[in-house]
Amino acid sequence: MTRRTKRLEEAASRRNEESGRMGAAIANLRPRTFLEAYGVVVIVVMVAAIAAAPLLASDPLEQDLSVALTGPSADHWMGTDNLGRDIWSRILNGGRVSLVIGLFVLIAAGTVGVVYGAISGYLGGIVDAVMMRVVDIFLSFPAIMLALLISAALGPTIRNVILAIAAAWWPVYARLIRGQVIVVKEREYVTASRALGAGPMRNLFQTVLPNSLGVMKTIFVLDIGYAILAGSTLSFLGLGVSLPTPEWGVMIREALQFPNSWWLILSPGLALMLFVSAINFAGGIVTRSVHEIPGR
Amino acid sequence: MSEGPAAAPPLLEVEDLRVWFPAGRGPAVKRRRFIKAVDGVSFTVHRGETLGLVGESGCGKTTTARAVLKLLDPTEGRILFDGVDLSAIPRRELRRMRRRMQPIFQDPFASLNPKRTVEAVVAEPLVIHRQGSAAERRARVSELLATVGLPPDAATRYPHAFSGGQRQRIAIARAMALRPDLIVADEPVSALDVSIRAQILNLLGDLQEEFGLTYVIIAHDLALVRQVTDRVAVMYLGGIVELRPTEELYRRPRHPYTVALLSSAPIPDTAAEQARRRIVLEGDVPSPADPPSGCRFHTRCWLRQKLGNPEVCATDPPPLTPIGESGTAGAAACHFPHEVAGSSELQETLQALTGASGGAKGCREVPVEEPEISD
Repeated sequence: MTRRTKRLEEAASRRNEESGRMGAAIANLRPRTFLEAYGVVVIVVMVAAIAAAPLLASDPLEQDLSVALTGPSADHWMGTDNLGRDIWSRILNGGRVSLVIGLFVLIAAGTVGVVYGAISGYLGGIVDAVMMRVVDIFLSFPAIMLALLISAALGPTIRNVILAIAAAWWPVYARLIRGQVIVVKEREYVTASRALGAGPMRNLFQTVLPNSLGVMKTIFVLDIGYAILAGSTLSFLGLGVSLPTPEWGVMIREALQFPNSWWLILSPGLALMLFVSAINFAGGIVTRSVHEIPGR
Repeated sequence: MSEGPAAAPPLLEVEDLRVWFPAGRGPAVKRRRFIKAVDGVSFTVHRGETLGLVGESGCGKTTTARAVLKLLDPTEGRILFDGVDLSAIPRRELRRMRRRMQPIFQDPFASLNPKRTVEAVVAEPLVIHRQGSAAERRARVSELLATVGLPPDAATRYPHAFSGGQRQRIAIARAMALRPDLIVADEPVSALDVSIRAQILNLLGDLQEEFGLTYVIIAHDLALVRQVTDRVAVMYLGGIVELRPTEELYRRPRHPYTVALLSSAPIPDTAAEQARRRIVLEGDVPSPADPPSGCRFHTRCWLRQKLGNPEVCATDPPPLTPIGESGTAGAAACHFPHEVAGSSELQETLQALTGASGGAKGCREVPVEEPEISD
C-alpha cells in the first residue's frame, strides 16, 4: 500500500468516526475560502455592532444643530447630518431596521411561498394548475413594482414595507418549492410512507417537504441580502420607512440633498454594500453544507 | 388451480385485475389509448404461503404488486384481503387494513427517508397508526432491530451510514413493525450484492417461520424464486401464463414462455452453460398498449412456429387451464400443453438445469456465514 492510499484510508476512517449527519454538517459549515471567511467575519462584526448599538453610540434621533453637516471628527467619527444627528449612531440603529426587514420578509414570504407551493405541487392536477396561474399573475409584475404599489397603498411603516416585499416575493418561493416537491413526491420512500398508511398531510409535511428544502436553504440565506436591499430601495424611493426612523436607504435618499457632504452618502452606502456582499460570500458555505452531506 | 396447503379461506384473492394507464391522446376521433400494464390477472395466496411473481421487465409484476398494496387503483377487478374488497371500503378502513399488509421495495437506497434516523424510520408505521407510547415504540424498535440482525446503536444513525444489505434489513424491520399478515416484496434483493442476497432471503425465511408471514415476492431471478417460493406465477405482457407449485414449474413447465425463461437462466457451471442451446425468443415484447390477439405470446412463440403456426393461437386467448387430474399441479395458459411436455426443447432445458445444479434442489436454506455487521 502506498503512502497516499494509506493516508486516504486514514482520512476515510476518521470521517466515519464522526457521528453521522450532524458531525458532517458542522464540519461543512467551516469556511473554506478566503471570501467565505471574510463574509462570515463581516456578518458577525456587523450584527454584533448593530445588536450593541445602544452601548456603542448615542441616541440616533438626538439633534445638535450647532454641529449640523460637519465632516468626520473625534466626536462624530462618521460626521453629522443636516440636523446635527450622529451618522455612526444612525448607521448602527438603521442596521437594526434593515435586518428586521430582511429577516421578516424571508419568514413571511418563505412560509407562505413554501406552504403554497408545496400544496400545489403535492396535489397536482387542476388544483396545481389554478394555484400556479395565481403565481404567474404575481410574477408578471416586476417584484419591485409590485412592492412599490403595495407599499404606496398601505403607507410607509416598517410593517408595511415587510408586507409589501413579502407579497412580491412569495410567488418565487412557491414556484421553486413546487418543482422540488414534484420531484421528491415520486421518490420511493414517499410511496413507502403512503403504503404504511400515512395520510396526505403527514406525507407532505413530514416526508416530502423536509426532503425538498435543500436548495431553498441556500436561496433563503442569499435572499436575506436582497431583502435588505429591497427594503432600502423602497425607503430610498420614499415609499418605505420614513424619517425620522434611521434606515440605510432613507439615509442615502436624504444625502442626495447635500451633494457637497460626501460622508452622508458614503457611510450608509458602504454599510449596505458590505453587509449584502458579505451575505453573498458566506452563502457559499450554506450551499456546500446542503449539497455535500452524505446521503443528501 | 392449486388449492394451496390449507382449505382455509385465502388471505389474498386477486380477481381479474386490470390496471390500464392512459397513454397520450391520439386525434380526437380516435378512442383514448391505454397501456394495459396488467390485463386480467387472477391468483390467490394462502396464509403462510409464499407466492412468486416472475417475468421480464415490463410484464406488469410491479404494477400488480402496487395494486395489491392499493398504491394505485385497479381499473377493473377485485382485490380481496382476508375477504374484504379493498376498493369498496372507506379510506379510514383502508388505512386500518394497511397495517396488515406491508411493502418491501427493491432499492433500499431509495425506500428510506434520508432525513430521518433509523429509529424514526422503523417507528414511522407505529406513529402513523398511533401504537404505544414513545417509550414503548423505542423498545419495539430495538426489538425489531435485533430481530433483523442490526446492532442496537443503529437506531440513532441515519440510513446513509449503512450498506445496501443493512438498509434492506432496516426496510424489513419497518415492514415488520406492525406485525403484518402479508408482506409484498418487490425484487427485495435484486439491488443487493450477490453475497448479501442469501442473507436477506434467509432472514425473510426465518421471519416467515417465526411470525407465520405470507409473502408475495416479485423477482426476475428464477434460481432465487425456486429457493424461496411455494408457488410461482409467470407473467408475460400483463397476464399470467403459468401458475404452478414451484417444483412443478421447474420440473414440468407447461407453457412455452416458461420453458424459454428456464432455458435462459444462467447455470453456475461454465461447461454446461456453453454446451447448452438456449431458446432465443425472436423480436421484442409487443407493446402493452396494443397486445396481440389470441394468445398474447403467439407472436414470439417457438412452439407455435414448430407446430406450423396453428390458427387458434392468433384467435383464441387460452385460459389458465388446470394441469393433470389432481388439481394440485397448477395451471397454464397454452393451447398445447402436451406439445410443450413432449418437446425436445423442454428436455434439453431441463437436462441443462439438473445437470448443473444437482445439489441445491429443494433446499430452502441457503448456506451462508452469519451476517457480519461491523462498523
